[in-house]
Amino acid sequence: MRYVALFIIAFLFWLLITFNLAIENIIVGIVAAGITTVLFGKYFITGVNKFIQPHRYFWLIIYIFIFIWECIKANFDVAYRVLHPAMPIKPGIVKVKLNIKGDFARMMLANSITMTPGTISVDIIDDYIFIHWIYISTDNPEEYSEKVSGRFEKYIKKIFE
Amino acid sequence: MIDYLNILLYVQIALCVFCLYRIIRGPSIADRMVGIDIFGILVVGICAILSITTNRSFVLDIGIAWIILSFIGTLTLAKYLSGKKLNE
Amino acid sequence: MNNMEALSTIFICIGILFNLFGCIGLIRLPDVYNRLQAATKCVTLGCCSILLGVFFHFGFTDAGIKALVAIPLLFFGATVAAHALVKGAYLFGIKLGEGTIKDDYKDAVKS
Repeated sequence: MRYVALFIIAFLFWLLITFNLAIENIIVGIVAAGITTVLFGKYFITGVNKFIQPHRYFWLIIYIFIFIWECIKANFDVAYRVLHPAMPIKPGIVKVKLNIKGDFARMMLANSITMTPGTISVDIIDDYIFIHWIYISTDNPEEYSEKVSGRFEKYIKKIFE
Repeated sequence: MIDYLNILLYVQIALCVFCLYRIIRGPSIADRMVGIDIFGILVVGICAILSITTNRSFVLDIGIAWIILSFIGTLTLAKYLSGKKLNE
Repeated sequence: MNNMEALSTIFICIGILFNLFGCIGLIRLPDVYNRLQAATKCVTLGCCSILLGVFFHFGFTDAGIKALVAIPLLFFGATVAAHALVKGAYLFGIKLGEGTIKDDYKDAVKS
């Protein structure tokens, strides 16, 4: 099942990049996607039947808009800290508890944390994620776990679990 | 239109000088690797603007290949950084 | 058509402005982790904005679709590379810079 999903994704990627529907192009694409599937199929994600459940795509679209808004906010935040003459930074590494399971969902959460204002994810050990934060505003663990990952966790739980 | 884009292309190339400064002057080895990583992303922007000014689409193919090669290169550098401590 | 040209020029200008902020951060900030943070965020979103401008210039032709495909690729590549680089720099033994007030990761690595 996962081999079929990887084959379809690789073939669609080939068609998008070459953007040409001639018969020779399609044959070369099938051969290239087949080689990719044979070589890398066993490293692909598990649980591929999530791809064909339409309500996940609905939440994915909402999530993308929220995520773009957070990205733009992050950039203005960085611009403020860089252009300010005194550079108001107070960096440190904090530990936040994770509430979601699954490797792919955790990878998406780490990527989201990297692109949101002032945080970058360093490592995941057991159930804790370690985050380098450029301006630690509070000293209370519940409060900063809400500030870092609370906005995304409920959407990612609906999309990828 | 093309004239403005040429000026913007020169600005984008001038930004690479900042990365070169960080690669040459960096106090530690990780600073130099950060410079290399950011340099690789800036080159993709140069390829994108160049595809408009020359009106060729194959430049974007070079950009996509550059993204993947820069990603693999940075992963190798990071592996070298974290693996050396384990050997010693 | 003239409208789309103006839109693409605006997007490219915004992207180059963000790239400039990221590069200033790369020069000014005090230690590796802060530099990586500022530079990765700003430069990645700046280059995504430039690619979006290229898509608006070409429309739904082969070049425009290529630019659109490159956006998620650049995005995942840059974030995963930054994550690997930060972990490698910490394990290599580079100290957090001056003014750092908290370090929870040290205990986790030791044990």
